Amino acid sequence: MAARLKRPLRLSPVRLYGASLVTPALAALQEITGPGGLLTDRADLIPYAFDGTAELFQLPLAVALPSDTAQVAACVGWARENRVAVVTRGSGTGLSGGSVPLPGCLVLCLARLDRILEVDPLNLTLRAQPGVITKEIDDEAARHGLFYPPDPGSMKISTIGGNVAENSGGLRGLKYGVTRDYVMALQVVLADGRVARLGNACVKDVAGYSLKDLFIGSEGTLGVITEVLLKLLPRPAARKTMLAIFSSMGAAAEAISAIIAARIIPCTLEFIDQTTLQCVEDYTRIGLPTHAAAVLLIETDGHPAAVADEAARMEEIVRRHGADEVQVAADEAEGAKLAMARRQAFSALARVRPTTILEDVTVPRSRLAEMVGFVSETARRHQLRIATFGHMGDGNLHPTFLTNERDREEMERVHHALSEIVDKTVSLGGTVTGEHGVGLAKKDYLKRQFDEASYDLLRSVKRALDPGNLLNPGKIFDLDPA
Amino acid sequence: MAKASLRDLDYKVLQQCMHCGMCLPTCPTYITSKLERHSPRGRIALMRAVADGRFEAGTELAREMNHCLGCLACTTACPAGVDYGTMFETARAETEANHTSGGPMRRFYRWLVLEQIFLFPARLRLVGWLLRVYQRSGLAGWVRRLKLPYLLGRDLGDLEPQAPVMESPFSDGRIAPLETPPPGVPVRGRVGLLSGCIQSLAFGSVNRSTVDVLLANGWEVETPRLQSCCGSLHAHNGAPELARRAARALLERFDPSRLDAIITNAGGCGSHLKHYAALFPEGELAAPARAWDAKVKDIHEFLVATGFRKPVARAGETVRITYHESCHLSHGQGVRQPPREILRAIPGLQLVELPEADLCCGSAGIYNILQPGESQRLLERKTGRIGETSASLVATANPGCHLQLARGLRQRDAAVHVTQPVVLLAEAYQREQSA
Ligand SMILES: Cc1cc2nc3c(=O)[nH]c(=O)nc-3n(C[C@H](O)[C@H](O)[C@H](O)COP(=O)(O)OP(=O)(O)OC[C@H]3O[C@@H](n4cnc5c(N)ncnc54)[C@H](O)[C@@H]3O)c2cc1C
Ligand code: SF4
Ligand code: SF4
Repeated sequence: MAARLKRPLRLSPVRLYGASLVTPALAALQEITGPGGLLTDRADLIPYAFDGTAELFQLPLAVALPSDTAQVAACVGWARENRVAVVTRGSGTGLSGGSVPLPGCLVLCLARLDRILEVDPLNLTLRAQPGVITKEIDDEAARHGLFYPPDPGSMKISTIGGNVAENSGGLRGLKYGVTRDYVMALQVVLADGRVARLGNACVKDVAGYSLKDLFIGSEGTLGVITEVLLKLLPRPAARKTMLAIFSSMGAAAEAISAIIAARIIPCTLEFIDQTTLQCVEDYTRIGLPTHAAAVLLIETDGHPAAVADEAARMEEIVRRHGADEVQVAADEAEGAKLAMARRQAFSALARVRPTTILEDVTVPRSRLAEMVGFVSETARRHQLRIATFGHMGDGNLHPTFLTNERDREEMERVHHALSEIVDKTVSLGGTVTGEHGVGLAKKDYLKRQFDEASYDLLRSVKRALDPGNLLNPGKIFDLDPA
Repeated sequence: MAKASLRDLDYKVLQQCMHCGMCLPTCPTYITSKLERHSPRGRIALMRAVADGRFEAGTELAREMNHCLGCLACTTACPAGVDYGTMFETARAETEANHTSGGPMRRFYRWLVLEQIFLFPARLRLVGWLLRVYQRSGLAGWVRRLKLPYLLGRDLGDLEPQAPVMESPFSDGRIAPLETPPPGVPVRGRVGLLSGCIQSLAFGSVNRSTVDVLLANGWEVETPRLQSCCGSLHAHNGAPELARRAARALLERFDPSRLDAIITNAGGCGSHLKHYAALFPEGELAAPARAWDAKVKDIHEFLVATGFRKPVARAGETVRITYHESCHLSHGQGVRQPPREILRAIPGLQLVELPEADLCCGSAGIYNILQPGESQRLLERKTGRIGETSASLVATANPGCHLQLARGLRQRDAAVHVTQPVVLLAEAYQREQSA
């Protein structure tokens, strides 16, 4: 212990919110987390200075790695006493800077709260700690013949806590919805250090406000989620996957609208343009049709008869809307391979240019073709490279700028183009973020989407739940000095 | 090949990582610690910080890079095509060059092993011979029983039981410089065999099996005597100059233009052997190194690509076998299916998949010696997984993994025998003869 305590002493006092933090305070924090649970060395902190978002880098004061709810609560209490901001972190795959540290903050990394606590096959629920990896939740459900549908592209490494805090979507959102639709209850450490249980295992519940919903998508600004109770579904008996190949992006977008208009809700309707397809193929080498201008990855699941019927009808529709070719996966394994390939899209795009800046705009589905056209046109106008893929069935596009953060002049054009895309989205009745959250990256855009009353309401909620502005301050919006 | 320092490295290599985290769940040291600094993304961030001048290439960087196994699971997992291997070797070379890597004892062993033993085949053989005498004489048992290793100090004491058991005779005593296929097998061409350093001392029988399998498939086999180490040990341990010396010695022993392929049967060596051109980007060795790279083939890859003969089935019971991937065979060379195809082709074997087959066993060159704690954690995880398969045989295709698994299974008293795919294939051909 003595040897460990030396380290904090080397730190110079940090001024924060007018208070002065002296090193004995860090020693007290070390008492809470135990040896190995507190990081303060530069070499330990640098790896926590960013998340999956481009351009953001900030060292924290320290990183705490609590191993149970009591330690989390104690850490929050410590932070409140010492007036140190708390940035909660799961796996740091966020794409809006939600878990990027603030100067002088404490990062509360929940990666070690990683146990699945219970699967209840009678009530079809699963209880887990927040640091459990998303894919492990579905894998565990599968062992009981059950299904946890939300499957963000990052599911192999994102945490369930991060998913809840961002209300993450995934490839199956069209039919199965997003994380929110599966959260039945939460255990949350509040800003005052108390532990609250919100929601329960009942299918119906109207006792009071739906408080748990306030914390879903709250990006670590209202409380720290320390346990989740998730709803599971029976695992679908059959699944069919296909790739529809188009020679124009517009045709692909229209085919999507046609499928929806035909009253078919497939589980997946993903759009991938040529640049993205090429990058994914460079990585996976599974023989994707890289000559296509765009492809749609379509998947239907459920009762075998329904699956066969839907697949046939969708194949007919996409062909009628200009698909040059439709490739049907031979079996589930091949289908899973295609879905896995799609999940690599964002990272694979980093092959082209040093910096990848990904947007998350979402529009009502009937406006998709217009939005896709606008993105291409904006790229041309600013002489930029934008690759587009996304959860088209949800109206959710990920136009991704392939650029270089070290090229100032180009970055300026990128930010202009971004701004125009955001304005267009808002004018089409869309949202600046469908699933990645506001964080730091989209903070400026949020005001364009919200009217004054609703923007104020957002901040009133924050003030009510976190009056000291302790939790992830300055994310989503700034609070005016009270 | 590694540049001398991270600052000289093409910035694009460092910037390629877009910190998505997709590599984290495959990184053994992240899995066991859940700490970002022990992850590929964290290590890259540290290296980039050095290049940016925000962090110093000192003892902390050295410690972290020595904690990395160099297993390259992260390169397999990375969709962005990050060249972790180059960064890793550069960082290790830099910290070795500025002496921030470990204390005097560690530096002494490193010097002894890398510079004084592995570069000289005759000395290596002498060490092998001494070890063999020691292990055979009964001395080893007494030394252990009397707890003498502890008198050597903790480091050396821990080392002693890890020394591979030396087989007799060594490789050169089992294989003639040129062997030709038996009568009745039409000759398809001629290949060279890299006998390896550890492989030739501790696994002469694996080399023998490799030759037998090649002969049975119509390949003449040339095996130059007293080959030196390929230099992979040096490259991975921050000694690029020594790696070049080792490579030069091997390039002189083989003439790729006369051979259809140069065969390696050790996964760890193969991934280095295939990249000699990177060691000699220019100069008189550049062209020979390129010609060499084009000819080096892993034995399993070669057998499957050229179409090997499937052994004829004989009546008998079926044995459950599982397969552990050597990191540098699967992540380093992308050879994943061929060893499995060979195992599936052998009558009497039922191949069951090993969960986490591609997770490092903790051997990783001399990592098990330098980082015994982490190595042991990974080994226990691996032997646990092997236990789950209820297989009675586990095959792997790298001497380091072979020794590590055998040691781990012994610790557990598990009745699982470790072997290699070529050995099983050679035995299957042999059984045909005796039928
Ligand atoms: C390659 C890639 C693909 C992706 N694909 C998708 C996708 O398809 N759909 C999608 O929606 N997102 C996607 N994402 C974004 C990201 O993975 C999700 O936002 C994910 O939910 C973040 O999880 P995390 O554990 O990494 O959280 P972090 O990034 O660590 O944190 C995210 C936010 O949640 C907060 N937080 C984390 N844990 C808690 C907790 N226990 N309590 C309170 N607050 C907490 C943090 O403060 C932060 O604001 C992708 C990201 C990548 C890199
Ligand atoms: S190394 Fe590759 S997979 Fe890992 S964080 Fe960087 S870009 Fe992502
Ligand atoms: S080489 Fe292996 S241990 Fe090192 S960072 Fe990559 S996956 Fe982790």
